Amino acid sequence: MRFDVQVETRPRAGIADPEGSTIERSLPALGFEGIHDVRVGKSFRFHVDAADEAAAKALVDDVCARFLTNPVIEDSTITVTEGSTV
Amino acid sequence: MAARIGVVLFPGSNCEHDAVEAVRTLGGDAEVLWHGDDDLKGVDGVIVPGGFAHGDYLRPGAIARFSPVMQSVQAFAADGGPVVGICNGFQVLTEAGMLPGALQKNAGLKFLCRMATLRVETTDSVLTAAVEQGAELRVPVNHFEGNYTCDAETLAMLQAEDRVVVRYVENVNGSIDDIAGVCNEGRNVVGLMPHPERACDDLLGSSDGAPLLRSLLESASRARV
Repeated sequence: MRFDVQVETRPRAGIADPEGSTIERSLPALGFEGIHDVRVGKSFRFHVDAADEAAAKALVDDVCARFLTNPVIEDSTITVTEGSTV
Repeated sequence: MAARIGVVLFPGSNCEHDAVEAVRTLGGDAEVLWHGDDDLKGVDGVIVPGGFAHGDYLRPGAIARFSPVMQSVQAFAADGGPVVGICNGFQVLTEAGMLPGALQKNAGLKFLCRMATLRVETTDSVLTAAVEQGAELRVPVNHFEGNYTCDAETLAMLQAEDRVVVRYVENVNGSIDDIAGVCNEGRNVVGLMPHPERACDDLLGSSDGAPLLRSLLESASRARV
C-alpha cells in the first residue's frame, strides 16, 4: 500500500528560534500588528510503500528521529494518510 | 616522529587544505581522509574541518554523519583518540552525537566573517592542554549556523563538568552562555566554531590558533605512545 506522508518540524519549546524572532521583530515595521510567538520550521512531503498504516508510521517515526529532525532542538508532527494524492 | 593528523574530506569541505597546512607548519604530519573510506590510515589524531559537507542540506552535518569515515572516527574517539571538529566539523560532531547540543542560525540571521576573541576556559582538553587558562586568543569565525544551543539540563552539566572549552569574550552569534567550543566527557573530542587553522601565521592577522593546534599535536603524540 502507498501512503502520503507529511512531516512538519519546528524548534522545540524552550529552544530559541533566531529565524522566528527576526521575522517577529520585522513585522511592526511592515505595519503588521498583533502577531506573536513566530516559530519557523520545515515541511517534508513524501510517499511510503508499506504493508499497512502502522508499518508506514513506524518507518516514518524512525526516519524522523534519526535523520529528518535533530531531536536536540526540533519537534515534529507526522501525518500519514492512505493513498497517493500528489 | 611527528604526530600524524588525519583531516576528513567530505564533498563540500573547504578548509581541509588550511588544516593540513597548519598542522605541517607546526611540525606535524597531515593526511587527508576521504569520507567514503572507513580507513583512518593509522593517524594519531583527527580534524573534522570546516566547509559545507554535503551542501549542508537538511541541516549542517546531518548527512555527513552517515559517511563511512564517521563510523571509524567514532570508534577512534571511543578509544580515547583526539578528535577536533572545527566550524562545520563541530556541527558534524554534534549531529553524530559525539558532542552535546546543536548549532543554530546566528542571532540576527547574519553570516559572520570576522575576527573573534576567545577565552580559554579549561586546559583539560586535547585542544587547550598547552594553553594557559584564561588566555584570550584572536581567532577568526566564518559561519551562519554557529549559535550554540542546548537544553538547561545539558548546559548545567557542561558547566558543572568544566566542559566549556572556549567562550567568546564578546558574544558574536547569540550562543547560549557565550559558548564557542565544548568537549565530550572524555575530554578527547572538542568542537568549536572559530578557525584556529586560519590563525597560525602572523601574515594571516593572528597566530593565536597555533597553540591550540599545538595542543592537539601533543595530545596526538601522547595518544600514540
